[in-house]
Amino acid sequence: MAETGPFLTEEMCNQAIGVESPPQVLEVEKGAIIRFAQAIGDPNPLWNDEGEARQSAAGGMVAPPTFLRSAPVIRPDPPFPMPFERMLDAGSDWEYFEPVRPGDIITTVARIENMSERSGRLGLMVFTVLKITYTNQFGRVVATQLSTLIRY
Amino acid sequence: MAKLYWEDIQEEQEIPSITKDPTTRQLVRYAGASGDFYEIHYDKDYAMGNDLPGPILHGALKSAFLGQLLTDWIREGGTLRRLTCQYRGMDVPGDKLTASGKVTRKYQESGRRLVDCEIWLDNGQGERTTLGSATVELASREA
Repeated sequence: MAETGPFLTEEMCNQAIGVESPPQVLEVEKGAIIRFAQAIGDPNPLWNDEGEARQSAAGGMVAPPTFLRSAPVIRPDPPFPMPFERMLDAGSDWEYFEPVRPGDIITTVARIENMSERSGRLGLMVFTVLKITYTNQFGRVVATQLSTLIRY
Repeated sequence: MAKLYWEDIQEEQEIPSITKDPTTRQLVRYAGASGDFYEIHYDKDYAMGNDLPGPILHGALKSAFLGQLLTDWIREGGTLRRLTCQYRGMDVPGDKLTASGKVTRKYQESGRRLVDCEIWLDNGQGERTTLGSATVELASREA
């Protein structure tokens, strides 16, 4: 499964997979949801207008799908030096289980799911897949995000 | 706005496109709202020092555009269950982006009425810079 090469060995991948970062907490504020919606240019009343959102099936304001990108996350480091200065976001895979509402307290934990490397137009690229789990104050997982980062 | 029901969906059906005109100002706003202050998204000198053409869009902002494509479409009648985005090309402020999609599969699973979609972003040159997929759960007219 792991694509290794001049930098990554299979042993390094095995050491890195499963490393977790300490939990971080976000208290979801209504104003932060509205500012996020404005920043992405999304006028949907569900994330902009409490009055209108109350009339909807949601029963009140909720966060837009990618709002959880604003939750603090400590990226877990693999247990070896990574001699790369540059980084790009390669993509995300979100699963959503529960709505996120103002007043929610969301705890985030990130875990290294996989590492691999490839050579491409940026030269040698090391891919790290993090699984970020977002859990609310009731102990329910509201969403997970697989986030792939490229270091090069 | 009329509710979208599962029964109204057909495979191959197109999702109504939305367009976005991101500016450097929007990237600064997104940096503030998301907490992602990586300089390649608003500092031209820094970005060019990283061999980039200039500031580039946050990948997550592009996924937010694709999220809006879906939530504009399903409105209150549905729930987004999965959103996947792969950033294949870099996008720069000043270039118009069009978010589009189509239904690939309509099915029921564990009592849920689900629809899978392919989604993507095209830049002003017609290049597909972001590819993705999504699953939405819709209400039924029968329920």
